[in-house]
Amino acid sequence: MTKIIVDGVEVDVPGDYSLLQAAEAAGAEIPRFCFHERLSIAGNCRMCLVEVKGAPKPVASCAQQVRDQRPGPNGEPAVVITNSAVVKKAREGVMEFLLLNHPLDCPICDQGGECDLQDQAMGYGIDEARTREFRRAVTDKNMGPLVKTVMTRCIQCTRCVRFAAEVAGVDEIGGIGRGEDMEITTYLEKSLTSELSANIIDLCPVGALTSKPYAFVARPWELRKTESIDAMDAVGSNIRVDARGAEVLRVLPRVNDDVNEEWISDKTRFVVDGLGRQRLDKPYIRQNGKLRPATWDEALAAVALRLKNTASDKIAAIAGDLVSAEPVKALKDLMASLGVANIDCRQDGAKLGGARASYLFNTTISGIEDADAILLVGTNPRWEAPLVNSRIRKAWLRHPLKIARIGAPVDLTYDVTELGEDFGALAKIAAGEGDAFKALKDAKHPMLIVGQGALSRPDGAAILNACARIAAATGMIGPAGEGGWNGFNVLHTAAARVGALDIGFLPGEGGRDVAGILDGASRGEIETVWLLGADEIDMAKLGGAFVIYQGSHGDAGAHRADVILPGAAYTEEPGLFVNTEGRVQAANRAVYPPGEARENWKIVRAVSGALGKPLPYDDIAALRTKLAADVPSFATLDVPAGSTGGDAATWEAVGKAGEISSAPLIYPITDFYLTNPIARASRTMAECSRLFVAAPAVQAAE
Amino acid sequence: MAWLDRSARAIFLTDFIGGFVVGMKYFFKPKATINYPFEKGPLSPRFRGEHALRRYANGEERCIACKLCEAICPAQAITIEAEPRDDGSRRTTRYDIDMLKCIYCGFCQEACPVDAIVEGPNFEFAAETREELMYDKDKLLANGDRWEREIARNLELDAPYR
Repeated sequence: MTKIIVDGVEVDVPGDYSLLQAAEAAGAEIPRFCFHERLSIAGNCRMCLVEVKGAPKPVASCAQQVRDQRPGPNGEPAVVITNSAVVKKAREGVMEFLLLNHPLDCPICDQGGECDLQDQAMGYGIDEARTREFRRAVTDKNMGPLVKTVMTRCIQCTRCVRFAAEVAGVDEIGGIGRGEDMEITTYLEKSLTSELSANIIDLCPVGALTSKPYAFVARPWELRKTESIDAMDAVGSNIRVDARGAEVLRVLPRVNDDVNEEWISDKTRFVVDGLGRQRLDKPYIRQNGKLRPATWDEALAAVALRLKNTASDKIAAIAGDLVSAEPVKALKDLMASLGVANIDCRQDGAKLGGARASYLFNTTISGIEDADAILLVGTNPRWEAPLVNSRIRKAWLRHPLKIARIGAPVDLTYDVTELGEDFGALAKIAAGEGDAFKALKDAKHPMLIVGQGALSRPDGAAILNACARIAAATGMIGPAGEGGWNGFNVLHTAAARVGALDIGFLPGEGGRDVAGILDGASRGEIETVWLLGADEIDMAKLGGAFVIYQGSHGDAGAHRADVILPGAAYTEEPGLFVNTEGRVQAANRAVYPPGEARENWKIVRAVSGALGKPLPYDDIAALRTKLAADVPSFATLDVPAGSTGGDAATWEAVGKAGEISSAPLIYPITDFYLTNPIARASRTMAECSRLFVAAPAVQAAE
Repeated sequence: MAWLDRSARAIFLTDFIGGFVVGMKYFFKPKATINYPFEKGPLSPRFRGEHALRRYANGEERCIACKLCEAICPAQAITIEAEPRDDGSRRTTRYDIDMLKCIYCGFCQEACPVDAIVEGPNFEFAAETREELMYDKDKLLANGDRWEREIARNLELDAPYR
């Protein structure tokens, strides 16, 4: 810790703080454009100039560290002045240079109203140009379907360049030319090949990079802002949903250092146009082979009649990937009251369940930064959880980190040792042989990440068991409690999955799992299937079963359904989501569901009423109280599970020991942009899929 | 002696004559009233009447959908929706003014960076139904085309004082 005096206030800050951070700690605000807490320091905008006592001229506060400041003659702390006339004049000079070539097009600029340059020009700008020379104009660059560019507005802060190189891991943006001729460009006129590319929109302090789908749609002051949680993947990114009227217009990240820092994936950000299309806004009943609109009373009566007239062992329920915990809990209670054991939440057939630590990302996402060896088993984190991937990259950049992979080679933006595509390598490591085992064994903080691609195979339980035994054998499992290291991680892909596993939406005594339900339905042994937002199963296998589909979008499930109960999407109802770390987070309602669609748990409650077996909760508070009483992990919000420790024996019991087949691995996500019904309804996502997945950008011939 | 003054005034009809003089003075003065529908009084160039959306001389609409008028409007009478036009420029797809909500404060024309929305000299737009006073973009642009000469002259006259 080093003492420093900022504007007469003495603060004690870590020596590696920049003067800018020290000033903030002392309560002084420093304007900046190029400095960003999560990027390297460029020091090229010069807006953060401050006066340091003893220095001949103002210094850029972002580029000097506290420990490098010269103390006073008697060892007094260095003195920094941020509000003197010299500082103001220096910043005004810098602002005048920045505005020399910045166009006066704020009225047509989408950044208007939330623009750093606009805000700071209020403090440091002069209202008249002193020069009459020509202003420079820069050709706009094509950055694909997500990012709109107006490069004349660019002030060359290079935040986007540093983001692409450091966080996204794709060196595809850069500056060319010098002085007035400097331009930011993608070199090849193509969009970034990154799932995080649109974060440069938030980073850009001016309107040079703006959102293309959101172009000219709304002004920031018109929007109603709701803090919520993303449901596109199992990371549980903290988001802010901006809505106007009944329409969600955009999604922005919120800062949560433990989860998403301040980035979100492109899918999270741009899926919102899917919330307005293909919506189920009234109940439907299939009559003579055709779905016809119905009233809620009719639909509820039809569902109740069907459930009453089916034997309980011929009813099944499958929970989908986007639902919050409340409807899952309600549906589980309803099925329990009917005596139904055929319930499952693992649409992909992952062999998970049992002890909580056996299906969580125990290390926690921020814990990745401490890891020094990682084994990836059948997972492509870049598509399954882009923010987990960026954390691995962050750790890999900061300190020596050995990463090995069992699975098909894909570019993960960091160096990976390939151990082969089949799981023979896994058995070898489990047997304690080879360099990979040694690397894990020697590491201080080893990690293993097993993905759904490995766990949803028929031999998934054996793979899970092998992984757990590797974890126990290489010392990944530390002591329980605070600070205990646990390197065993399951990376989920569905936002609802961990919550549903916690609730225990799994086959009961003698119940069937998803494969069993589909098998039974195609053979006529299952007669009624309730799909709670479940669209990823093979609908053809449902055979002649009566399908009750509850969900928000007209996707695979709704096409097959006999009764459709229209539900809310994740932005339209308050709900709890448990991310892959076991962190319970509360999503909030940004807009009301369209038409006659209702909150999902209320629909289940209404069916229970129509059946004459009302569930014991009438509002969401009561439901959450019940949920927390039955599943204690739901009682505290925003706390990851943490290490539960356990000896080798408990970890050997995870999964089921058995033969691992040599079949090649298939990653669970074949198209990052079209993983769920909302994304499949989105035009932006369809465009991205067409450009980036179906026909990847043609590389320039070199 | 007050009784003497009073009696003298009564005898010589001074109040009557005074009143007659005032009456004759106004009889010969020009009239303050005008025969309204056929005659109209003068209007200041700053008069704030019916709204209009103006165009540039080449026919391009001025409005760029910056939404500053919508933001400033104290009566929240203006509703704007925008999207990129085919040529990529920022344009409104909807520009509505509820003339019944409007309080004719003139903030919208003050906020407009391109002099697109203006309050013109027309004050004779009474209607028989409420719906007729919900103006849309077509109506406002038509107003602009119709009143452009007067509006341009008023802006020119007022320019020295801005």
